[in-house]
Amino acid sequence: MTQTSPKITARNCQVYYGETHAIKDVSVDIADKTVTAFIGPSGCGKSTFLRCLNRMNDTIDVCRVTGEILLDGEDIYDAKVDPVQLRAKVGMVFQKPNPFPKSIYDNVAYGPKIHGLARTKAELDEIVETALKRAALWGEVKDRLLAPGTGLSGGQQQRLCIARAIATSPEVLLMDEPCSALDPIATAQVEELIDELRRDYSVVIVTHSMQQAARVSQKTAFFHLGNLVEFGDTSQIFTKPSDPRTESYITGRIG
Amino acid sequence: MNDITAAAAAAAPEAARKRHGSLLVQDARTKTRNASETRFRRLGLLAVALGMLALVGLLGSILSNGLSAFKQTYLQVEVFLDPAKLDKTGSGDLAQIAKVSTFGYAPLIQAAMQRAAEEAGVDTSALPAKALGQMVSKEAPATLRNFVLASPEKIGQTVSFSLLANGRVDGYFKGRVTMESAALDRNISPEQLAFADQLKAAGVLETKFNWAFFTAPDASDTRPEAAGLGVAILGSIYMMLIVLCLSLPLGVAASIYLEEFAPKNRFTDLIEVNISNLAAVPSIVFGILGLAIFINLVGLPQSAPIVGGLVLTLMTLPTIIIATRAALKSVPPSIRDAALGVGASKMQSIFHHVLPLAMPGILTGAIIGLAQALGETAPLLLIGMVAFVREYPAGPPEGLFDPAAALPVQVYNWTQRGDPAFVERASGAIIVLLVFLIVMNTAAILLRRKFERRW
Amino acid sequence: MTTSSLFLLVLGLGVVGYLLGRKRALAVAKATGQRLHSLPGYYGQTIALYTVVPALLCLMAWLFVQPVLIETRISAMVPDSAIPEGGARSLVMADLRRIAGGLDALKEAQNISEDDLQALRAETSDIRKELGDVGVAIGSEVQGAVFEAAKAFRGAEITGRFWMTVLTLALALGCFMITLLRIRPEARARNTSETFVLSLLIGASLVAILTTVGILGSLLFETINFFKMYPAKDFFFSTVWNPQFRGGSDLGILPLLWGTLYVSFLALVVAVPTGLMIAIYLAEYASKPLRAVTKPAIEVLAGIPTIVYGLFALITVGPFLRDYIASPLGLGSSSSSVLTAGLVMGIMLIPFVSSLSDDIINAVPQAMRDGSYGLGATRSETIKQVILPAALPGVVGAVLLAASRAIGETMIVVMGAGAAAKLGLNPFEAMTTVTVKIVSQLTGDTEFASPETLVAFALGLTLFVFTLGLNIIALSVVRKYREQYE
Repeated sequence: MTQTSPKITARNCQVYYGETHAIKDVSVDIADKTVTAFIGPSGCGKSTFLRCLNRMNDTIDVCRVTGEILLDGEDIYDAKVDPVQLRAKVGMVFQKPNPFPKSIYDNVAYGPKIHGLARTKAELDEIVETALKRAALWGEVKDRLLAPGTGLSGGQQQRLCIARAIATSPEVLLMDEPCSALDPIATAQVEELIDELRRDYSVVIVTHSMQQAARVSQKTAFFHLGNLVEFGDTSQIFTKPSDPRTESYITGRIG
Repeated sequence: MNDITAAAAAAAPEAARKRHGSLLVQDARTKTRNASETRFRRLGLLAVALGMLALVGLLGSILSNGLSAFKQTYLQVEVFLDPAKLDKTGSGDLAQIAKVSTFGYAPLIQAAMQRAAEEAGVDTSALPAKALGQMVSKEAPATLRNFVLASPEKIGQTVSFSLLANGRVDGYFKGRVTMESAALDRNISPEQLAFADQLKAAGVLETKFNWAFFTAPDASDTRPEAAGLGVAILGSIYMMLIVLCLSLPLGVAASIYLEEFAPKNRFTDLIEVNISNLAAVPSIVFGILGLAIFINLVGLPQSAPIVGGLVLTLMTLPTIIIATRAALKSVPPSIRDAALGVGASKMQSIFHHVLPLAMPGILTGAIIGLAQALGETAPLLLIGMVAFVREYPAGPPEGLFDPAAALPVQVYNWTQRGDPAFVERASGAIIVLLVFLIVMNTAAILLRRKFERRW
Repeated sequence: MTTSSLFLLVLGLGVVGYLLGRKRALAVAKATGQRLHSLPGYYGQTIALYTVVPALLCLMAWLFVQPVLIETRISAMVPDSAIPEGGARSLVMADLRRIAGGLDALKEAQNISEDDLQALRAETSDIRKELGDVGVAIGSEVQGAVFEAAKAFRGAEITGRFWMTVLTLALALGCFMITLLRIRPEARARNTSETFVLSLLIGASLVAILTTVGILGSLLFETINFFKMYPAKDFFFSTVWNPQFRGGSDLGILPLLWGTLYVSFLALVVAVPTGLMIAIYLAEYASKPLRAVTKPAIEVLAGIPTIVYGLFALITVGPFLRDYIASPLGLGSSSSSVLTAGLVMGIMLIPFVSSLSDDIINAVPQAMRDGSYGLGATRSETIKQVILPAALPGVVGAVLLAASRAIGETMIVVMGAGAAAKLGLNPFEAMTTVTVKIVSQLTGDTEFASPETLVAFALGLTLFVFTLGLNIIALSVVRKYREQYE
């Protein structure tokens, strides 16, 4: 893999929840076409930081972000940036599958419709089909596109949510513990999918499971108590951690 | 996924990616979407504004029409209680004096007015003597007569009275009657109003706080200035007492059974469905129930607070049951377990521990239910509470069976009368009703605040 | 003995029973040296409950049943010949009751003995005048048969009252003695009294069912009477409503239903969009201070009694619409109109719709919102395309509940809609509703034998069925919706 300029650059990023200092001075470079995993014990701030990357924290009144987060060199917290446009570029998949109470087709078509990505019905059909194919769901649902999305199994629902996210053609895909609500077989399917998606997107995944981080990611960041403790190649983090806290976590002494 | 579709699929994001411009520049579509966002937001704000406007309009209309009901114009006159008219035989026999009807007192008032005008140095030559008498309320002779019958020894003396001015004169000082409208009115003339102005300047006529509004009974069509809420307030208080005494114990008992003891079966379901449906039955249907059962079948008297109270009890019951059950539910099971754990019976654990803890919630619900009952009008119309009642009901319990009015029904009653002065009275009565409701609701809120418990 | 003093006497006996039972339980325990099974208070409580409750239930039942029994018996005593031409038996019975009541006043005023009173005959003395002198006004001359029946009525009432007193006291005293004598240390007094209390609790929860039975019973009974006098077909399908005092009325419900639905429709047109938008704005947009002010204010709107809205319609909205819109446009000259009532009822329903919608919108999970925002949707897109479709069943339920309220609302239409039964489209015209006509047919002096009065019960039944149906549908829709997210 060739080294290009980073897709996302965070510099001295601080996040406050009211009085709580949730993220302390985090700086990190996230590369394009790479899977980056955020790991760490519960409440370490990995999800909070992930949500900063597409400004999902804006919906929480008491949350305050300082420092710099650049996407392709543009500060996403700039006053001129519309979070709506940002989120079209940086898609997100959540912990629990959350399909809308609409048909499978409408779930996937929702993003393209609001962003005006398709001019005709045929184009929209194509986008939906492509997205479902890329999410490896097409074969299972192509005969029942008009059935409600909530009727699918958990793993299918999560892949539907991934299809929904990639239908808006984002450049970065954020995944917040995408497999924590799924059984092992569904988890394996989603992990395989993440590996596929790496070819086109920069994928950032928050995970609780170290095995998962080891399986799917190329880069790993270890968070602890709001600090970014260590960031590097996944193989290096898991085999030769340089920080004793990382080692304790990986060997199961904290967490 | 085979290789060809994968390659095609991979091409799509690349193409789409080019469409994303810089984040720092809003594209045209985002602008349109944001504009529609703003429009939607403004629409919401408009709806909120409409709601507030309705509230302000409603209260404003009632206040502007009704506040003047709390002031009343009185005439301070010295009345000579002429023995030649009141006690022709001179015997001082009360039976003889009682034979003089209110008509016999009218000339005394007329003379008193004349005298008051002369003393104040107001020229009355422009007005016929009768017109002077008309400026006083038709209620005034009755006031005088009651005074004389209560203290006949005062006959022959000159007594100072504060008499109600006629409704039109009163309306003139409140802006309801003008010189122009008086010119078209058979009951009052502009000359009389001009004279009233002079009397006011001389201090004979004055506007005072209208205590009688709270204590006096209703008055007939032609004397709105004398109409008061006394009987209505008393009737409403009687009904609220009945509602409180019946619906609180009944509601609490029913809730305890349903929440704590009732087995899950179809019978319990039936009761529950019943209660939730009763809560939505139109109030007028309860009026029909009261008329058919309590009045026609049982033979309770019409217009009596007891019937009103019973009907309102049945109406309030669902509200109280729903509130009480919520309050019982909010007491954590650990309290019950703790009581049962030290060997209390289920009944003891509920009456000694759960119920006291749920009490604030129950009382809050009861007060809210009472407030609802206090403002309820429709069912009371059907059980005859619209009747014209001038007699105060006796004290409870016998008084519960006497005819009485109720606050909201009195409002309705007054709106059905011709004289516009009754609109002022009706609005004033609404203000009194609202003050009662505000006091009750504030009490409920304070109670909830004071005893609010976080488990 | 008056009912209230009887009532107090029984209560007093209960208190005595409590004290005595407690004391006796302690005394018995001491004498036998056994430990009491329950706390001494429970022995007292058992006696008090058994003394008071059955006696009072008997008293209440008697009060309900006695008038009915006497009425039927005395009614049979009045011959058909005593009923005036074109009059009704119920009118004669009302007179008869008044005469019977007047006899007591007469006895007291003239200080005559019971025997003299019994000897009084309508044929020999002017009963009407004599009763009039003691303040009891009778509408017509008193006939002999009616007067005799009235005396019998009074006699039956006195007898009934006597036996009621005897039976109630006997029951109270009997239970008192039996429970008192049954006090033994090993008696499970707590269990006895708790079982008794439990049955009281069950009884209280049956009141709700009794109320429904009472409502249905009274509506059905009189409606059947009505349909015996007036054909059901005409009631349901005639388009004319024109009650006459002297019979020959047209009592078609259609114009009333039309008015009801028209007013309710206008009210919903006002209330649903406004209430829904208020709920959305307060839930999704409003700043904290704005919410802190507006939310309670909207709730205040909900706590205002409908008579206040009625007055608002009558003195403000009605004249305003007439003077500034209807008259200049030549659409009408009446201050009470469908639009007046609809508008004001709409205002009344706004808080109802908004608070229900608020609950429903808040029941849509946050994950749904996050999903939509994560895809780059704006707030309004999220509301319109995700939250509202998800909340739709609940909102439909809320609208149905509001409709049921609108249909049953009385005071606003009585004071704002007018009294003319009309099938028209002009919203500035006065029309009338089912509830208005129930009020107007049942207020004032009502005679329970004419179709003009009884029609109110048929109207009431129609109203009851309508609102109940809407309500059941609405509640089941809302419940289904809630289950979806639980």
